[in-house]
Amino acid sequence: MTTGADASSPRAALRRVDWASRLRGVGILLPFTILFVVLSLTSSSFFTKANMLNILDQQSATLIIAAAGTLVLIAGGIDLSVGAIYGFAGVTSAHFALNSSAGTAILLGVGAGLLIGLANGVVTTVFRINALIGTLAMSFIVGGCSALITKGNLLVLFDKEGFGKLARTEFATVTTSIWLMVGAVVLIGLLLSTTTVGRYMSAAGGNAEAARLAGVRVDAVRMLTFAISGTAAGLAGVIDTSRVLSAQASPNDTALAFTVLAGIVVGGTSIMGGEGAVWRTVVGVLFIALVGNGYLLLQFDPLYEQITMGALLLAAVGLDALSRRRG
Amino acid sequence: MNGVSPPVYLELRGLSKHFGGVRALDDVSLSVPKGAVHALVGENGAGKSTLGRIVAGALAPDGGEIRLDGREVAFRSPREALVHGVAAIAQEPSIVPHLTVAQNVFLGAEPRNGGFIRRRRLDRAYADLAESAGFELPGGMSAGRLRTSEQQKIEILRALSRNAQLIVMDEPTAALGAQETAHLHDVVRRLAAAGKTIVLISHFLGEVLELADAVTVLRDGRVVKTAPTADETEASLVVAMLGRPLTSTFPPKQAPGANARVVLSVRGLSAPGVESASFDLQAGEILGLAGLIGAGRTELARAIFGATRVASGEVVLGSGTALGRSPSRSLRAGLALIPESRKDDGLLYLRSSLENATLSRLGALSTAGVVRRRRERRAGHDVLERCGVRGASFSAPVSALSGGNQQKVLLARVLLCEPNVVIADEPTRGVDVGAKRAIYDFLTGLAEEGLGVLLISSELEEVIGLSHRVLVMRRGRLVSELAGEAITEDAILAAAFADAQEATV
Repeated sequence: MTTGADASSPRAALRRVDWASRLRGVGILLPFTILFVVLSLTSSSFFTKANMLNILDQQSATLIIAAAGTLVLIAGGIDLSVGAIYGFAGVTSAHFALNSSAGTAILLGVGAGLLIGLANGVVTTVFRINALIGTLAMSFIVGGCSALITKGNLLVLFDKEGFGKLARTEFATVTTSIWLMVGAVVLIGLLLSTTTVGRYMSAAGGNAEAARLAGVRVDAVRMLTFAISGTAAGLAGVIDTSRVLSAQASPNDTALAFTVLAGIVVGGTSIMGGEGAVWRTVVGVLFIALVGNGYLLLQFDPLYEQITMGALLLAAVGLDALSRRRG
Repeated sequence: MNGVSPPVYLELRGLSKHFGGVRALDDVSLSVPKGAVHALVGENGAGKSTLGRIVAGALAPDGGEIRLDGREVAFRSPREALVHGVAAIAQEPSIVPHLTVAQNVFLGAEPRNGGFIRRRRLDRAYADLAESAGFELPGGMSAGRLRTSEQQKIEILRALSRNAQLIVMDEPTAALGAQETAHLHDVVRRLAAAGKTIVLISHFLGEVLELADAVTVLRDGRVVKTAPTADETEASLVVAMLGRPLTSTFPPKQAPGANARVVLSVRGLSAPGVESASFDLQAGEILGLAGLIGAGRTELARAIFGATRVASGEVVLGSGTALGRSPSRSLRAGLALIPESRKDDGLLYLRSSLENATLSRLGALSTAGVVRRRRERRAGHDVLERCGVRGASFSAPVSALSGGNQQKVLLARVLLCEPNVVIADEPTRGVDVGAKRAIYDFLTGLAEEGLGVLLISSELEEVIGLSHRVLVMRRGRLVSELAGEAITEDAILAAAFADAQEATV
């Protein structure tokens, strides 16, 4: 380190970027709270139980995937195949739900996600293919497989109430889709913040070689994050299929990967790896959801919604870059 | 010198600089005559790099003035400084690895014609420049394939191509071996003889005394003294830097017992850059590994530790455990490594000192995979304090610490692993005199506790001052073993350079 020869300069640089990292640390809570309050004041239908639960219900799949995606990003990877896995798990579970038990369908849907996640892990660690490209390729392959299964049809499960129970059961006036989401997110959050493996993830993403020399099995850790990401995307796909009781191979699924990524980054997890938190991702995803909900409730022109999202994303990434600049 | 003293080229008057509440420079004044080499020395954090960066336009001072050739200047960027003939050479050269040497030299100032680079004119300009500087550096070679010292020459040529009159060098030899250092010294002398003025920032007092005409000692941002190097000795400079004399550079050696058991045994180890290395390391012994840069010392260390794939041979610990497969295995079996570069291979700069210290021992500080925070904090604080880490809070990012303290965090990590054998690869690189002594004490302490220590260092006096036995490496092979009184600078150099001598015979 050139500046290491002189302690004053990095220390000063650190102070200079301090406000930026601090802003990033809690930053997302501030705009989130402001938006929440503004929406509560301007729209009478916003802060109602029905609207709140509706938002959570709609976002449950995104939240589960994004929580797991946070781990991938922190460990220094990226997973662009989650949208395709989500779609594939959906049609797989629907396909089996038509002819076998709900349990089998759920298990196979989630299991498919796990297998594809493991494949992502092997591709990026064993074959050392860049994660961005590797998972993008996987996204195409998996998307194609979904179309093969459905043969282009909409799989309708309206008469499969057993399968619908997974996400549609009400428990304490809240649907199980939300409960499952809360469980998965809390589990993933605890994994990151309290376990040794969680610590190893941020080590692997912060400086892979240093982590390896310190005894961290970087490849195994990264493999695990991809497996978790795949499983989470599989679970999310199954939950959503159970929620709407239909599934279809749709090219729109692939775009989910970008919505998820946007939520993670707006939350404040660094795209460069090494730093981040699951709670931030939750707030980030919900923030984006609130923007959409606000557009709807306040009857703004929805054409501007995407532009707003893009601007938010740029602001988040810009802040990240600023807080990392040294010297 | 012909009696007339040359005119002052660089003059600093009352420079000051604050970073937040920290005063980095306070009322610093000095003047450097044209064609002189002026050294800046001081402990880490004394302000010498800050001063260098201000002169080179990378930082703006809070107060005071800079005069260049009699005129007051205020640079807003290194680029502007370069236009005024001031260039900076950093410890780690900034080059574009995929471009050729010539392209790197003229980067941003290529001879061009309406946006198109004139390749042939660039090559010709490079050839002229290299010749006038006396460098034999092939212009068509891609810069990334060169060694650090040669990459530094690119930066020097870049400075010369912009007609720089004042060159600020910040630790130019810190990453160089003996031979390369000698080479760079020649270059500096030649530049000075050609009338260029040089500000040299260096940790190496021998180098300062040898190269510089005058030296300024900084302590806590203030000038302690400026004097001609002819009037100074290493001891007098150390006293000025520390404000007290350093009692002794090296702790006394305590020989391991006559029949101490072998704690590490390497047999016929071959790996990329290493050919068939065999040696034993005893309990209580510090075994020095000397050699030129590129001789394969780091490669040997990494192969033993299991960080690179071993082609053949075996590494066996005293316990009988075979190693060389993976770092995590080695650590569990009781072999720890302090890597060569704490920035690239050692520390997680985003994380706290505490997390960095406990990283290798996290498994033992957790229950069923969950980190026990209190247990971690207790163990981490204890070992960080024992290693004398000072500066920021242990929960602040490790990047907030000075180089010496960062290195001590790595020592703490090693201590926590409770190893039987420690490999220390350049453990004192880029740390100040005070921290060096602490690291020496640490290594000696390990040996006294019965550990085996393999010490790699490019600083010969360090190897000589600490080691009970020295292995010399050359071109991937262990070529010589020295013990006791036979460990001398001449003997080590003779073995390390034997190839070159053979070639000239």
